[in-house]
Amino acid sequence: MTNEQIREEVLDILEVIAPDEDLSQLDDAVNFRDQLELDSMDFLDIVMELRKRHRIQIPEDDYVNLASMSSTVEFLEPLLKDVEKV
Amino acid sequence: MIRSTQDDHRIVITGVGLTAPNGDSLADYRAALLAGKSGVDRYHIRYVGDTLAGQCHFDELKYQKRKEVRRGTRAGSIGIFCANETIANSGIDWPNVDRSRVGVYVGVTEHGNVETENEINEIKAFDYDTKVWSHHHNPRTVANNPAGEITLNLGITGPHYTVGAACAAGNAGLIQGAQMLELNECDLAIAGGVSESIHTFGIFAGFASQGALAEHADPACASRPFDRDRNGIVVSEGGCLFTLERFSDASRRGAKIYGELVGHAMTSDASDFVLPNPEQQSRCMHLALQRAGLNPEDIDIVSTHATATTSGDIQECAALRRVFGNADNVMINNTKSFIGHAMGAAGSLELTGNLPSFDDRVCHHTINVDNLDPECELSGLVLGEPRTKKSVDIILNNSFGMLGINSVVIIKRV
Repeated sequence: MTNEQIREEVLDILEVIAPDEDLSQLDDAVNFRDQLELDSMDFLDIVMELRKRHRIQIPEDDYVNLASMSSTVEFLEPLLKDVEKV
Repeated sequence: MIRSTQDDHRIVITGVGLTAPNGDSLADYRAALLAGKSGVDRYHIRYVGDTLAGQCHFDELKYQKRKEVRRGTRAGSIGIFCANETIANSGIDWPNVDRSRVGVYVGVTEHGNVETENEINEIKAFDYDTKVWSHHHNPRTVANNPAGEITLNLGITGPHYTVGAACAAGNAGLIQGAQMLELNECDLAIAGGVSESIHTFGIFAGFASQGALAEHADPACASRPFDRDRNGIVVSEGGCLFTLERFSDASRRGAKIYGELVGHAMTSDASDFVLPNPEQQSRCMHLALQRAGLNPEDIDIVSTHATATTSGDIQECAALRRVFGNADNVMINNTKSFIGHAMGAAGSLELTGNLPSFDDRVCHHTINVDNLDPECELSGLVLGEPRTKKSVDIILNNSFGMLGINSVVIIKRV
């Protein structure tokens, strides 16, 4: 997946776990929590969806990398570069 | 106004919030009952396949965000809808109610089966890898979930819990709420029962294995308590929560009072896992009457529990004969013939459908009795069409469940 495809994938997951949010104005550089109503259970949902969709395990210590869209894409890039977008 | 001790210990119903397969408000539900409108429909559930059920059609998003619906349970959503509706219906000044003095007591037949089945179905696609088992599973399946979701939604900080009481749970929740008011654990109780059971295949499969799952070409004719051609239970979802207050508080604020809980009882059969026991059922009715200071001939309407199983119907009728004999004042009806068996919500929904009788004096009927089982012959059965009484002052509501749990509540017009 390209970085743009990874971003689309994360957006798709956010649409599922935060269905009331308007994601069209999402600022990639700003932390998710500063612009969306997300709590710790939601971040676990992001981890779980990535696990289900791509069988990737994200250690708890790496959850901090899921703070914003930019940091998430950057973190996922090496993990998903050889994965085909479904 | 001088508060009387007696009035502080009189518990009254001042609000009703419900969702039933044939109505999402008391007015619509009552109109459906009087019109003979069934809420049973065709239904499909995994593994079991095509069957019948009573499904509710309330708008989950009326009181919840999409995310809250996704995170919670169906029982939670039913409870939240009913709780918001009962509060609105009570006319109480909710923004100024002390939420730390509100208690939530929700009867459930079971809880957690739906969510556990969903997760097992989910991990099946991953070769049963438990690493994809949801972190939402535990908060969804803790036994207090349906009551807890209500407190989260409404900012209630008083006590909350569910009352697990099989199919007697709707009455049990009401009784628990009243008792907590009497013990001064709260000043306002939201109490009754809910059920999400149509979303667990296990309950359908279990009844089918027991030979107790209804089948009929016409869904509206499938739930047939007292009828010779009955063939089992129609499983339904639903909820009904009452607003309960002390009479002194309700009268002070000029609340509409739907009725007063003047008697209640719960007993156990101690005889069988599933077979009912008419001796204990009749003892439960006698105990409730005794506590209410009433005689059987004082009862105007008996709302029966009968579920359309041969044994259950006949045994309840035997119990009713023991209590009411030939009392010619009493009219006897059955709501499950319309909505199926709403499990944890059955007791409160079936009582509620009769509460308007205090005002209109009409006893709703029992549908689908084309060939009355002679063993269910009771002089007061109201079959085929509603009947009007000169007055309706007292209603007795039966709810019984597996493991031999019996509950009776008696409501009096105020």
